[in-house]
Amino acid sequence: MPVTTLDGHQINVNDEGFLADPKEWTDDIGKALAAQIGITLTDAHWKAIRFLRQDFETQGETATLRRVSTVGGIPIKELFALFPQKPAKKMAYVAGLPKPVGCV
Amino acid sequence: MSNTDASPSPAIVPDFDSEVGAGRKIAFICSKGNLDMAYPGLILANAALGEGAEVHLFFTFWGFDMINKKTMGDLKFTMLGNTATHMPQGLGGLPGMTAMATSRFKKSIADLDVPAVPEFLEQIVASGGHLWACRMSADMNKLTMEDLYDEVEGIISATDFIEKTEGFQLLFI
Repeated sequence: MPVTTLDGHQINVNDEGFLADPKEWTDDIGKALAAQIGITLTDAHWKAIRFLRQDFETQGETATLRRVSTVGGIPIKELFALFPQKPAKKMAYVAGLPKPVGCV
Repeated sequence: MSNTDASPSPAIVPDFDSEVGAGRKIAFICSKGNLDMAYPGLILANAALGEGAEVHLFFTFWGFDMINKKTMGDLKFTMLGNTATHMPQGLGGLPGMTAMATSRFKKSIADLDVPAVPEFLEQIVASGGHLWACRMSADMNKLTMEDLYDEVEGIISATDFIEKTEGFQLLFI
């Protein structure tokens, strides 16, 4: 697992750049990760990220887009607007979680 | 504090917007009206949207049942003629078997938190997907836009569809 420095934080990432250990994540790292992919976090982004983090803690896996919308209460359309093109992967990346594995 | 020994590599950033995948366009032709055969197209179309592709679905022949307001919420799964259930074929013909198989199928789908067909279409449209109905299927069944799911963008001919999907990857289901 490569070690990398991001905005002064040393983090372990996988080959793609996703955090290898979700426990290393902090709000500051989240902000820095978002900046890496050209996203400035607003309250709406944070709402999604907080849900993802909290859901991961209880479920042990990253929520799919559908779950963020049905359980987290954020409409799919909004998720596509907040994290364009590949919302599920981008959200997981910023939240310091693995890519979602679910199909839907 | 100098830290010359543990020299971490520069940040690795996922290649979310790589040139290679940019502008990918995929069209799905949904031609089946069985509950089990409605899902492959919906699941793949949804996945393609989540990967940032432009996605169009074209509903034709029995696939029309997926967008017909009267039938879309009531597609059925039958064991008859489906050897993949690994049950004696004669069983499938008994009264009530299709209803039972359908309700079991719906339950397993719901257990996976996969939406029912109408809700799935709603999700696909919310994700930016486009729905099209086949002209000949509409004419054969004497159906108009009124009869179809509200988010269907139009009833188009096979030629229209081919024109619309120039340069797309195509999947016939």
